[in-house]
Amino acid sequence: MNKMKRRESPGSNAFLMAVSAVILGLIAGAVLMAAIGSNPFSGFYYLFRGGLMNIERIGNTMATATTLMLVGLSVAFAFKTGLFNISAAGQMLVGGLCATIVAHKVFLPRPLFLIVLIASGILGGAIWGVIPGLLKARFNVHEVVATIMMNWIAYWSIYYFVPTYLKGPSLETESASIAISQSLRAPWLTKLFNGSYMNLGFFIAIVCVVLVKFILDKTTLGFSLKTVGFNRHCAEYAGIRVNSNVVISMMIAGGLAGLAGLTFYTGYSRNMQIGVLPAQGFDGIAVALLGASSPIGVFFSSFFFGILQSGKGFMNAMTSVPPEIADTIIATIIYFTATSVLFGRIWEAVFKRRRTIAKEEQ
Amino acid sequence: MWSTLSSIFPYAIGYTMPMLMAALGGLYSERSGVTNLGLEGLMVIVYFFSALAVKLTEATLGVNALGLGLLVGTVAGALFSLLHAFASINLKADQVISGTAINMIAGALTVYLARTITGSGNVRIMMGIIRKNIPVLSKIPIIGPLFFTQTYWTTWICLLVWLISYFLLSKTSFGLRLRACGEHPSAVASAGVNVHRMRYIGVILSGALSGFGGSVILITYSGEFNGTVAGLGFLSIAALIFGQWKVLGILGATFFFGIATTIANVSQVIPSLMIVPPVYFKIFPYVATLLALVAFSKRSAAPLASGQPY
Repeated sequence: MNKMKRRESPGSNAFLMAVSAVILGLIAGAVLMAAIGSNPFSGFYYLFRGGLMNIERIGNTMATATTLMLVGLSVAFAFKTGLFNISAAGQMLVGGLCATIVAHKVFLPRPLFLIVLIASGILGGAIWGVIPGLLKARFNVHEVVATIMMNWIAYWSIYYFVPTYLKGPSLETESASIAISQSLRAPWLTKLFNGSYMNLGFFIAIVCVVLVKFILDKTTLGFSLKTVGFNRHCAEYAGIRVNSNVVISMMIAGGLAGLAGLTFYTGYSRNMQIGVLPAQGFDGIAVALLGASSPIGVFFSSFFFGILQSGKGFMNAMTSVPPEIADTIIATIIYFTATSVLFGRIWEAVFKRRRTIAKEEQ
Repeated sequence: MWSTLSSIFPYAIGYTMPMLMAALGGLYSERSGVTNLGLEGLMVIVYFFSALAVKLTEATLGVNALGLGLLVGTVAGALFSLLHAFASINLKADQVISGTAINMIAGALTVYLARTITGSGNVRIMMGIIRKNIPVLSKIPIIGPLFFTQTYWTTWICLLVWLISYFLLSKTSFGLRLRACGEHPSAVASAGVNVHRMRYIGVILSGALSGFGGSVILITYSGEFNGTVAGLGFLSIAALIFGQWKVLGILGATFFFGIATTIANVSQVIPSLMIVPPVYFKIFPYVATLLALVAFSKRSAAPLASGQPY
C-alpha cells in the first residue's frame, strides 16, 4: 500500500513534470514576447498556425520532427544506460557527412542506393559514438567531456572537409546540393504534402521508435542496458558485462544520431553548411527529457518541438517577434526539466494541503 | 620563421586571454564542486550585454565606454551564473543538463534581443582597445617582440587576475575551503563551513570571470556581437581539463591552445605555415585533451565531488 502511494505521489509523476516544464517554458516565451511589446496570444497563434495551417506546413513539421525524433531517441537510449550523450550534434555531422559523400559519389539502383545511404549514416554516427563509449569503458573517461571534445573535432573537420571536397558552385560555406533522385526526398511524398520538405526519413524514424522500444522492452540486451543504467555495481554483481554494455549503448546512440544527420542533410536540407553545430543535436536533449526517455514519449515530444521549430518563420513574418523565441522556449523547457525538483515540491505541497483540507472537512 | 612567429605571437596572446579567464572561472566552479558546462553560454550572454553597454555609451563616454563594457559584462556574467548556481546547489539538479540549458538559453535569447534592438542579429561597436608597445620592455631581445609588443591593456589585467587566483586558491584558507568543498563536502561541513555558500561563490566567480573574458573578446579583437563565441567556452573547458585543474596548468594549456588556434587562423595568409593543413591545428586542443584524459585516467586530478550535489 505504502509503495503504491509513493508511486502515485505527484512529485515523481513524469507526465506531470513534463507538462509543468512545457507550461513554464511557454509562459517564459509569453513574457519575452510581451517584453518587446508584442501580443503573446497572437505570437503563439501564428507560431502554432505556422506549423499546422495547411498540408505543406504539416509536412514541414513532420520533416522537422523526424530529425528531432531520432536525436531524441539517441539521447534517450544513452540515458537508459545511465550515459549522457551530449554529442548528438557531432554524431549528426559525421553521419550526415558520410551520407552526403555517398549521395554525391555512389550511383546504384534506387532500393540498393537507399540501403547504402542509410548504412553510411548509421556508420558515421556509430563511429563517432563508439569512441567516447570505448574511452569510458576502457579508461573511465567521463562520457560528457569526451562527447563534447568529439563535437568540436567533428565541427572543425567538416569546416575544412566540405569546402575542399564537396564545395557547391556558388557558396564557399556549404556543400553542393544533392540531386533529388540521390536524396531521401520521394516525388510521391513531395506531391502528397504539396511540395514540403517531407521525406522518407520520417519512416526511418518511425521504424527506429518501434525498434528501440522492442530492444529496450523485449530483449536481453535491453534488459542488461537498463540494469547498468539503474545500478552499475548491482549489474556487475549480477554478472552483466558493464563495460561492453556501455560501448554498445554509445554505439547505438551514435548510430541513431547519425540517422538524424542523414534525414536532415540528405532529406530536409539536401546540403551541408559549415561552421554550424546542428541545433537539433541539443534540441534532441529536450525531446528526450520531455519524453521521459521512453520511445513513445520521444515520439510525441518531437512533434511538439517540431511545431515550434517549423512555425517560427511564419510567426516572424506575421508579427514582430524574432524567430529565436522558439529556441528560447525550448532551452527554457530544458532548464525547467532540470529543476523539476522545484515544482515537484510545489505540486507535493499543493496536493498535501488539499489532502489535509479534505481530511479536516471529514 | 622568427619573423612569422613574432608577428603572430601578439595575436595568440590576445586570443588566449579570454580563454584563460573562462578556464579560471571554470576552475573556481569545479574546485567548489559544481561542474559548469555553461561557460560558453555565459560568455555569449556577456558578449551581448557588454556590446550593448558600449554601443549605448560610446558616443558620450568615449574610451571610458570600454571600461564600462568590461564592468557590465562581469556583472552580467555573475548574475546569469546564478541560474546555474540555484539549479545545481539548491535544487540539486543535474549539472550537465543545467549547463547545457544555459548554453542554449544564451544563444537564443541574445540573438532574440539583438534582433529586437538593432534589427539584425548583430551589435557592432565603433571603438576598441588600441594595441600598444610597452616602453623599455619591448626593446628586450627575443622576449620583447614576443610578449611586450602590440599588447592590449586588458591582457595585463587578465594576468593579474590569474596571479591573484593562484595566490587565493593555494595560499589562503578561503582557497583551501573552496578546494575542500570540491573534494569532500561533508568533511568541510562538519568543520563548520557553509558548503552551499562556498559553492555559490565558486559558481558566481566562474560567471564573473567568463563574463570578463567575454567582454575582453568584444573590446579587443572582435568589435561586434554576432551571437556566438565559436566554441571558445568549450575550448576553455578543454584547457581546464588539459591543465589538470591547476592554476599553472591552465595558463600553459590556454596558451598552448591559443597558439594552435592562431596558427590555424592565420595560415591562409602566411604561406610558410601552410605545410600542415589548418584543420590539424583546430582539432589539436580537443584531441590533446582526450589523450590527456586517457593518459591520466589512473590518477585523475579532477575534484572528487565535482558534479555531485551536496
